[in-house]
Amino acid sequence: MFKAKNIAAVALLAAVYTAIKILRLTGIFGSYHEITIAQICINMLLACSLNLITGFAGQFSLGHAGFMSIGAYACALIIIRFPSVYGFMLGLIAGSLASAVVGLAIGIPTLRLSGDYLAIATLGMAEIIKVVFFNLKITNGAAGLMNIPRLMNWEWMFCLTAGSVALINNFINSRHGRACMSIREDEIASQSVGIDIALYKIAAFAIGAFFAGISGGMYAAYFYVLKPGIFGLLKSIDILVIVVLGGLGSISGSIIGAALLTLISALLQDFASLRMIIYALMLIAIMMFRPQGLLGTNEISFALFTRALKRESAK
Amino acid sequence: MLELKSLNVHYGVIHVLKDVSLTVGRGQIVTLIGANGAGKTTALRTISGIKAPSSGSIILDGQDITKIPAPKRVVLGLSQVPEGRRIFASMSVYENLELGAYLRKDTKAVKSDIQDVFARFPILGKRQKQPAGTLSGGEQQMLAIGRALMLKPKILLLDEPSMGLAPILVNEIFDIIKNINEQGTTVLLVEQNASKALAIADIGYVLETGTIVLSGTGAELAASDDVKKAYLGG
Repeated sequence: MFKAKNIAAVALLAAVYTAIKILRLTGIFGSYHEITIAQICINMLLACSLNLITGFAGQFSLGHAGFMSIGAYACALIIIRFPSVYGFMLGLIAGSLASAVVGLAIGIPTLRLSGDYLAIATLGMAEIIKVVFFNLKITNGAAGLMNIPRLMNWEWMFCLTAGSVALINNFINSRHGRACMSIREDEIASQSVGIDIALYKIAAFAIGAFFAGISGGMYAAYFYVLKPGIFGLLKSIDILVIVVLGGLGSISGSIIGAALLTLISALLQDFASLRMIIYALMLIAIMMFRPQGLLGTNEISFALFTRALKRESAK
Repeated sequence: MLELKSLNVHYGVIHVLKDVSLTVGRGQIVTLIGANGAGKTTALRTISGIKAPSSGSIILDGQDITKIPAPKRVVLGLSQVPEGRRIFASMSVYENLELGAYLRKDTKAVKSDIQDVFARFPILGKRQKQPAGTLSGGEQQMLAIGRALMLKPKILLLDEPSMGLAPILVNEIFDIIKNINEQGTTVLLVEQNASKALAIADIGYVLETGTIVLSGTGAELAASDDVKKAYLGG
């Protein structure tokens, strides 16, 4: 429990938190920066949860925005009626659970699919969810939900994201996480050592969807407005890009990827017309020079640093 | 110990195994030989539960396991070394062995069992931190066998362990199998390399297009004219 690396992780989190807090209090960070921080938190959680499905369990999914939208709408509908912290808690729990149930519902029938076929199936699922939100009365169709009470601030975001990512990380480092990874490596071999591959594929979908639901709830309670169009294929691809760029199978990769890409896209906002071109060119460049993603399947750890130091001193 | 009773298996309309019955006695090495497409791998898959039979039954230690799903059969002591080795390529040798013990909860004993595997295959010990995909074919086969042994199976199912290996390694792998058997593990060996398989087997079965056409002790079959003609090159 109190291992050096856990203490280091907590210390790092506290340092980042304090740094942001100071910057915010001294007024160096304005509300514009706070929005960027919120976006980074949401994207981090989305990327880590998708990485669990795609990077660790090896199940290619193009429907992550669909899971996010369920969490977002469920949370929004609840906090509109109960605009309080308790309402938000309830909304977050209801949204993430609803999302996990849909994750189960998509995981079971698509068990036999893999690769491109699974991607198409999950894409179709996300589109169905979008169409449902377009046509439901309670979600106000294409006009969407407005004036959702803003119950989130960046402190909430920070803690929720840190907690959720820690839980995902714990899952991945448990024997269950190992089982998920073994499925990515080789399904037949996994079965031969007694791993229930159906169970773990479905579990990966449900858990990934659960945390995507939380990020959706965070989104709803921060950005006032929800429209079904936000959660289209493009959003799913955005998340996938972060995961692939950070490294499939690396949680620290997803964290760094989410921070980097969100920052880049925020910084490029001043060059509106060139923004997507520069963004796309950067992605192409990174993929050409780091096809395995920024971190590959590695995690940032002490061992990584000591190894790098040794290499340096050996030179 | 393991018994197949008139097993029939279909892939769609294709009748792959026709009334296959065989018996593996405790402590024996039993081999199932046959040409490509005879149904050997299907037989193993049916035993390990990956493929469901259309009729017939599989009995392990007197218990009918025909309806038991694959992961539960592993718990019951059926451990398979799949065809083509199927190691976890990007994980280290050590992690592969740990995953072999996935079903076990006795962490300490697992650690000492991993050391036992390293004692049996010293080369794996030397390469324990290396990604398994960088091992040679023979080493990968040793790893696959080592991984299956981590479960301390009652019966080890081997699917073409000699496939794709250099002849000198093939001999080594068969020696290993014999050695494992001598230490008390029952072995069901599916092989194309009939002469080598029959040389170490107590009992052999010959499978031809889904039907068992011959059976007998390893020595009997090796001496049989039919087997010689069909599988041993005259």
